[in-house]
Amino acid sequence: MNWDGLEFFIAVVGLALLTVVTRSFFMIPEREIPLPDWLKRGLKYAPLAALTAVIAPEILMSHGALIATLKDARLPAVLCACAYYFWRRGILGTIVVGMLVYLPLHIGWGW
Amino acid sequence: MSLQTAGQTLRHPAFRLAITDMAGASMGLAAWAMVTGVAMVKSGMSVSMAVFMSLLVYAGSAQLAVIPLLATGAPLWVVWLTASCVNLRFVIFSSLWRSYFAHLPLHQRLAIGYFSGDVIFVAYMKRFPEPRPAPDQQPYFWGAATTNWLAWQVPSITGILLANAVPLSWGLGFAGVLALLGVLLSLLFDRATWLATGVAATAAVAAFALPLKLNILVAIAAAVTVGLLIEAVDRRRHKPEVLLVPADSAVSADELQQIEAGDAVALREERHP
Repeated sequence: MNWDGLEFFIAVVGLALLTVVTRSFFMIPEREIPLPDWLKRGLKYAPLAALTAVIAPEILMSHGALIATLKDARLPAVLCACAYYFWRRGILGTIVVGMLVYLPLHIGWGW
Repeated sequence: MSLQTAGQTLRHPAFRLAITDMAGASMGLAAWAMVTGVAMVKSGMSVSMAVFMSLLVYAGSAQLAVIPLLATGAPLWVVWLTASCVNLRFVIFSSLWRSYFAHLPLHQRLAIGYFSGDVIFVAYMKRFPEPRPAPDQQPYFWGAATTNWLAWQVPSITGILLANAVPLSWGLGFAGVLALLGVLLSLLFDRATWLATGVAATAAVAAFALPLKLNILVAIAAAVTVGLLIEAVDRRRHKPEVLLVPADSAVSADELQQIEAGDAVALREERHP
């Protein structure tokens, strides 16, 4: 990565502005604006689409190609994390279970 | 806010009440913050960059989501688009905040927006279910916001400092991916959301070779389209009739309406075996 100082600075300031703008969005105008339907619908899909788009390559790919081996610590970790989530519905537990599977395989076996 | 009003706010019983209300959720917040702090440093950020990002951006899932993008040098607009999508829920929350704080001056509304978050929202709506202004609301909000800020920033910066002492090869940054995975799973309610996610994952991987991290854009566009399409189809899925359309003829206006409404499926007769 090129952690170019200036570009990082601009990125972070932009992200901070996005935090303010999204969190106060309907509080900004003086007059009340009704919540449009397309926004409610978009809300259902846009966040999960963005999250999936970011994590799918992080889980399924290495060096720009699909993982070709099953000896990758990420796969069993993600499977166990998903299983935990659907069992208990807790996100923190999902992280803990995933890391408990991932770390020994990754550090111990070098998967 | 002058010092005097700040002092009054701090001593207000609603301020204390908010702190108690938030205490339960603070442990969870702290764990999230630590994961975010670790993930930032393990993506290659320096400690000062990560602290700067944590203090300024102050958004858990959006920060986690853009970390892999920043690490691969994605263009700024892809980074911002991704964060906007992840932050969309706040836009909805803001329409509810409005019913309590619309009467305040703009700079106070913006401050309330910046310092609000999911956990505060839930605690606040439990305390003030009636969507109209009341005297205790501002001190309560600031009590919750202060607790939230401390419960986030302290562990986040602790995570940043700790992560710096752990070798990169341990792969602790993977915790950030797992956190996002948890959030994603929590958003999957029905067939449409599952399919949309499947499409997004396939598109993001298949289009990975595109320059400028455009695979993110392709995946978001494809998934939103598929989700909305499935919703449209599902709304019309009430046992359609089969309508045989004779060869060499157009459908009548009446029949066309039925087809468009999804009440009939047109089947064209063909003049050959």
